Amino acid sequence: MANWNNLTKGFFRENPILVLLLGCCPTLATTTSAINGLSMGLATTFVLVLSNISISLLKNFIPNKVHIPCYIVVIASFVTVLQLLMQAYVPSIYETLGLFIPLIVVNCIVLGRAEAYACKNSIGASAVDGISMGLGYAMALTILGSIREILGSGSIFGWKFIEGDTILVFVLAPGAFIALGFLISIMNKILKKSN
Amino acid sequence: MAAKKDTLLNMFIAMFVISVVSGGVLGVVYNATKEPIAAAETAKKTEAIKNVLPEFETLNNINVKSAVENEDADLPFYLAYDANNNFIGAAIETFTNKGFSGNISLMVGILADGTVKNISVLQHAETPGLGSKMSEPSFKDQFNDKNAKSFNFNVKKDGGDVDAITAATISSRAFCDAVNRALLTFENNKGGF
Repeated sequence: MANWNNLTKGFFRENPILVLLLGCCPTLATTTSAINGLSMGLATTFVLVLSNISISLLKNFIPNKVHIPCYIVVIASFVTVLQLLMQAYVPSIYETLGLFIPLIVVNCIVLGRAEAYACKNSIGASAVDGISMGLGYAMALTILGSIREILGSGSIFGWKFIEGDTILVFVLAPGAFIALGFLISIMNKILKKSN
Repeated sequence: MAAKKDTLLNMFIAMFVISVVSGGVLGVVYNATKEPIAAAETAKKTEAIKNVLPEFETLNNINVKSAVENEDADLPFYLAYDANNNFIGAAIETFTNKGFSGNISLMVGILADGTVKNISVLQHAETPGLGSKMSEPSFKDQFNDKNAKSFNFNVKKDGGDVDAITAATISSRAFCDAVNRALLTFENNKGGF
């Protein structure tokens, strides 16, 4: 039961974007289309799970005063590994995400989970936490990306169903803020009801 | 078990070990992915060359200095010849730094008589949904089979014949700038092919 709760918390109760509001920078920048949001979410999940596992492994080895530099080195290594792998095997996705992959290093969620969860819990629980948070993040990014793609480009996952003019502002930065604001308010409503 | 004490030695050991292990892992992954990355890039380029030129037999890669005044840049030319060693045309890897965000790099196929055969976008960072439409046929195909003798490779706002992308005039201008760089350099050097 505890594990089940641990697994589901990332999607609703503690959704990193819609409830905790962590990691909004890549969220706003990469969600111009559903596929971009999904790939960014999955890339972050990969880093989050691996960094949570290793930090949980290392928690008794790292002295308190230097824990942040140590975490950053671990996280940065995983991000670079991911970047090289993506460049080699999925070059098309690598191109669209480009700049934002290195930015996963400074994504508050990754460091936040290391700090708040992985350094106090067992390896298994930390891995589940990483999966839950990462997939919750991916879910929020995909929803946000879909909304912006539907309204802004008239397509979904690249499949175009509206020809002609669309609401361009949703593809641009202001549209990201507007869509995110509405999503958060809907999430608040749902959470209030379920409580 | 609690975290190690904050002694200088413990801090030193922790950071040292973590850095060395991370460095080692990165080295291994870098070596393992070096070849696939290079292969992916070459594949992309070869694909682009095939896209922008008619069928050819042999390909010859040379670097030609950009013909734009006061510019110190080399453009890679891929010269295509048929089975009888006649020059068919060149695929030119051209660029512009006038993009809305960052450089744009294009592969432009130019036939021996100076006609643009086709264009392929190699890399850009333009606004998704606006400038990014430059890689769509509706924009880039208007350059196909056009010759500078009868077609002005500038956007209509600048007195040319190119229909700019709606709400992305800067990106359209940059695209034209890159195409013109390739055309100019080709014209200035075509005697030697």
